[in-house]
Amino acid sequence: MNLSVDIRHDLGRFQLDARFETEGRLTALFGRSGSGKTTLVNVIAGLIRPDHGRIALGDETLVDIARGIFVPAHRRRLGYVFQEGRIFPHLTVRQNLLYGQWFTPRAARYQQFDQVIELLGIAPLLDRRPHALSGGEKQRVAIGRALLASPRLLLMDEPLASLDEARKGEILPYIERLRDVIGIPIVYVSHSIAEVTRLANTMVVLSDGRVAAVGAANEVMGRLDLFPLTGRAEAGAIIEARVESHDETTGLTTLRCAAGALRVPRVDTAVGASLRVRIRARDVMVAVKAPEGLSALNVLPGTVQEIDTHGGPIVDLRLDCGGQSLLVRLTRYSVANLGLAPGRPVFAVIKSIAFDRRSLGGAVTAQDVGDGDTTAA
Amino acid sequence: MLDALSPAEWTAVHLSLKVSLWATLASLPAGIATAFVLARGRFWGRAVLNGIVHLPLILPPVVTGYILLLLFGRKGPIGAFLEQAFGIVFAFRWTGAALACAVMGFPLLVRAIRLSVEAVDRRLEDAAGTLGAHPAWVFLTVTLPLTLPGILAGMILCFAKAMGEFGATITFVSNIPGETQTLPSAIYTFTQVPGGDTGALRLTLVSVVLSMAALLASEAMARRIGRRLDLS
Repeated sequence: MNLSVDIRHDLGRFQLDARFETEGRLTALFGRSGSGKTTLVNVIAGLIRPDHGRIALGDETLVDIARGIFVPAHRRRLGYVFQEGRIFPHLTVRQNLLYGQWFTPRAARYQQFDQVIELLGIAPLLDRRPHALSGGEKQRVAIGRALLASPRLLLMDEPLASLDEARKGEILPYIERLRDVIGIPIVYVSHSIAEVTRLANTMVVLSDGRVAAVGAANEVMGRLDLFPLTGRAEAGAIIEARVESHDETTGLTTLRCAAGALRVPRVDTAVGASLRVRIRARDVMVAVKAPEGLSALNVLPGTVQEIDTHGGPIVDLRLDCGGQSLLVRLTRYSVANLGLAPGRPVFAVIKSIAFDRRSLGGAVTAQDVGDGDTTAA
Repeated sequence: MLDALSPAEWTAVHLSLKVSLWATLASLPAGIATAFVLARGRFWGRAVLNGIVHLPLILPPVVTGYILLLLFGRKGPIGAFLEQAFGIVFAFRWTGAALACAVMGFPLLVRAIRLSVEAVDRRLEDAAGTLGAHPAWVFLTVTLPLTLPGILAGMILCFAKAMGEFGATITFVSNIPGETQTLPSAIYTFTQVPGGDTGALRLTLVSVVLSMAALLASEAMARRIGRRLDLS
């Protein structure tokens, strides 16, 4: 479903001036704290009336200030998962879950109670009171409550921000299931590049209330000029890969992507399933000759496409490896020393260890990513 | 137990309970409405409304009773109108005692509910809205239940105040046995006659027991609701 937003709203500190359109299954609104993400989502949800502009979902206009149209929140049928859950404290988990369903016209209900309960694994919680839930459980109940109202679009405002790393790993697979199994369009607000990388199809980058970039997540993440916004330290390329084989003796899994084969520490994902892999720019080395006697298992041939010299001692490069973009961060010294320039054929070298489990995601069948392994990405 | 009090004393106890109950119940809808207006409303004259509501708390009760007499007496503008239009008479009736108690208890009722309304997390109301609930439903299913502890606390305060109300009641509706002679008026009467000491003491004990029971009940209720809501 197409969501088109074009609004202006005075926030005091700055003007929120956002215009974008998305067809994506999961659209990430990405930006630093205070960039206007939450306000933008509240405007879409109908909790804030923008000063100017319009919002349309499919062919329905939700807001058109110039024409005096403002559909109130309770008639928009958009699900909203808040950062702090906002579970009703005076109702049981079951009553919370059924709250939205009660207000949804029978004909518009497409979510089955039992299915949602199973999908989110909250059956054992149904008769509990909210204060007896952990943070992760609260968020799953909040997701279930929003889903059971059978929304046309699901808004999620940093649903993982209040959770620790282990709980994040617990919730992420459920969000992937919403995206892939239920297929509900999602607008997902986050300032975590790891979450966005793992979840997003489309990405909207917000900076000081303005849209700095919109596009497919891997393209936006691959843009060197956006590094100051997407976060230099965490910058990296997103690669769609397929599980080719598992090797029991070495404990490694071989993934196949456009750039070639990647060997990573064992992933509990069925052979043939697709995965999304993030390779951080700082984890990649470059060689001008095919390296020998090397511990790193992944050597991918490619060519230098772009070099972004933003002045400091560190330089970002974009390589093309069989049609797949790969980002590399090197010292200016190395770039000069190796004589790297656009068009130059090189070899990208990536240690298998660089693939921590949180940079691997997107598999529909993934049982649970991050069970105890909570390496920060 | 029944022999401990004379029939006249029982009448006073019974009347006090009836007057206090009616004073509390009848003022509840207006109390809730006023509390919401004061907690949420942003309008000119809010401070004035707040002042009027709290006035009985600071005025001498005799003054409140006298104002009631002026307004709601049979010749008062409101009293005369109510008698002509609906046949309702307050002056020197138990209903008048209930009115006086309601007016005196109203600030306490409103104050407790208002604090509770202000404590309601409005983000929960937003959440209910995004789940498709019309504002009226949000009020009934989210705001009101979350305000319940304050409403109950306010009702008990109002009831306790009504049980002890003396000045405004005796000024407005006098001290008529069986009609307007509530517990405090009866105690007062006992203290004014020779040999009334034992009667006064008995009713004082009753008064203490009733007040204590109300207090304990409110504590227990607050704890139970607090546990259920666990407003953390």
